[in-house]
Amino acid sequence: MTRTNLMAGTILASALATGAAAQTELSMWYHGAGNEVESDIINGIVNDFNESQEEWRVSLQSFPQGSYNDSVIAAALAGNLPDILDVDGPVMPNWAWSGYLQPLPIDEAIIENFLPGTKGEWDGKLYSIGLWDAAVAMVTRQSYLEEHGIRIPTLEEPWTLEEFDAALVTLKDSGDFQYPLDLGMAWTGEWYPYAFSPFLQSFGGDIVDRETYTTAEGALNGDAAVEFGEWWQSLFERDLVPGTSQDPADRENGFVEGKYAISWNGNWAAMNILNEFGEDTLFLPAPDFGNGPVIGAASWQFGVSASSEHPEGAAAFIEFALQDEYLAAFSNGIGLIPPTESAAAMTENYKDGGPMAVFYDLSESQAKLRPVTPGYVVAAKVFEKALADIANGADVVDTLDAAVDEIDADIERNQGYGH
Amino acid sequence: MAQIDPSNRGLRLAVRYAVLVLIAVIFIFPLVFMVVSSFKPDQQLLSDTGSLRAFLPVGDISFDNYAAAFQRAPVRLFIFNSVLVTAVTVVLSLLVCSLAAFAFVFLEWRGSGVLLSIILATLIVPFETIAIPLLLMVNQLPWIGFDGLSFGWLNSYRVQILPFVADGLTIFLFVQYFRDLPRELIEASRVEGASWWMIYRRIVMPLAGPVLATAAILKFLVMYNQYLWPLMVVQEETYRPVMVGLQYFFQLNRAWGEIMAYLSLITLPVLAFYFVLQRAFISSIASTGVKG
Repeated sequence: MTRTNLMAGTILASALATGAAAQTELSMWYHGAGNEVESDIINGIVNDFNESQEEWRVSLQSFPQGSYNDSVIAAALAGNLPDILDVDGPVMPNWAWSGYLQPLPIDEAIIENFLPGTKGEWDGKLYSIGLWDAAVAMVTRQSYLEEHGIRIPTLEEPWTLEEFDAALVTLKDSGDFQYPLDLGMAWTGEWYPYAFSPFLQSFGGDIVDRETYTTAEGALNGDAAVEFGEWWQSLFERDLVPGTSQDPADRENGFVEGKYAISWNGNWAAMNILNEFGEDTLFLPAPDFGNGPVIGAASWQFGVSASSEHPEGAAAFIEFALQDEYLAAFSNGIGLIPPTESAAAMTENYKDGGPMAVFYDLSESQAKLRPVTPGYVVAAKVFEKALADIANGADVVDTLDAAVDEIDADIERNQGYGH
Repeated sequence: MAQIDPSNRGLRLAVRYAVLVLIAVIFIFPLVFMVVSSFKPDQQLLSDTGSLRAFLPVGDISFDNYAAAFQRAPVRLFIFNSVLVTAVTVVLSLLVCSLAAFAFVFLEWRGSGVLLSIILATLIVPFETIAIPLLLMVNQLPWIGFDGLSFGWLNSYRVQILPFVADGLTIFLFVQYFRDLPRELIEASRVEGASWWMIYRRIVMPLAGPVLATAAILKFLVMYNQYLWPLMVVQEETYRPVMVGLQYFFQLNRAWGEIMAYLSLITLPVLAFYFVLQRAFISSIASTGVKG
């Protein structure tokens, strides 16, 4: 190499380095490590964003979902949070209240048509936005219901409590199934409040009083809650559902193997069931227990950490990720519900007439956010324990009263969580 | 003197072996289940759990789960990280803790008893109680590396190694063992003019094989199973150990076959390490009564 060439090369390298340095680095954490499809999609969005402009460069670090929240909390303690991070919807108020997140400075006109469950709002401000939502449904087979003369419910006319209960008894009496209904009791943790608090809400109760968010009194131990608790306990006493000792293997495979007639399950499990039963599969709405049918809302969402020195850059990335093509890519890749109709139309499963389109309708019409309060993370665990105890035969009134005391004590310890 | 009836002795032996085999089977069955399941597809794995087929390599057997596990997570990297962190910590720990124990047992200095008591008292403090203060501390510590002076140890191997080099249990094991060594040996060496370092290196440590094996295995297990600490201090995948890596396999739709394949793979270094040191470990347990 001649000296001139060497100098030219050096100048070119310097120019390139200067160009690269002009992009400000934004760190981002994501919970999807271990899911190859999800990782490919998020990496694709990051690469597209980095190439689309010259001001910002996002650097992605993926974490396994099971340990993600603990990693974020430890990093917050150490003052080591990234610029962009994702957060599970019901946890968001806690992270905002704890000072981990700052309000999300994006153009809210962009998310006007998003499903309500994807918008992470707390204290009157938007903190996070989801690229998808999730929903649960009563999954069953058309042939089961027809064979036993059970009406197929619709969004407009869901099962009533009496109708639902009678259907379960009919299915049990047929002797065709180990249990008529699988609630997924083997899935502990967030599944309990996500999947079962909507039953309580449909009865007219709730985990906490949403008027004030300063107590659970009346909401979790009022007449409606007690009525729910007694019905809940009766499901187990009458052997209509497997109990808390359900084998996880049965939760995974029981419905497909014909052990259960109906499975209360999420859209993430729908593809396997559709592959097994095809057009015989039914995704039915939640029953109406008296106060309208309800399912849980909110999944993972993106936000900006409170310590980010470049919130405008972080917001620019999040806005970029909200394009329909990426929303559709997530849906096609991992079966999640796209947050907009236009994105749903671009997907295989959620477009009009698609095999899972009903989940979009469920999200739109039945979804209700879990209590939007920093105290939810504690209340959810208390609620989970109370439901497990009642399922195992504990006195309903005493258990709900004790749960209320525990939730209220936590709220008091935290000076009302800012409410 | 009563004679032992040979037929009774045979019966007793048979019963003893039967009990031992039963206990061995109870201990080994989870491992057999893990390894056998790692070769089965998920649906078969789950349906087999209700019968003895769960322990038999029957049905649709393949290496698919292993291939999928390598696809899902950087398994080699995680095993390398854990083995590196564990090996370095074990070596440093044996050196530092044996030196400390040597000083406590053979050197006479004011306050040694009190200091040893304080060190032993740390045995009753669970790691979880000091995890957060330790995190805040390591986050401020200086380090001189190839790129000069920096502050904060997060995202590194050293943050997973150095806080665990010295610990009360290992020092206690060495202290107990050194106290049983004949004092005359040490005193004679001193009279002959040997330095303390020479006594440590040429006399005490060559006699410490069993305690070295015990301490090494106990430390190995603690370090190899680290989960909470690396979760808190390592955010980059490059430095993640095997137990944090296990979380890669717990997705919404769990791939149980891949989980079993991953567990089988990460168990191999533990078994290899144990088999290398098992003779010394067993003799150490027999002589000290310390259980792992």
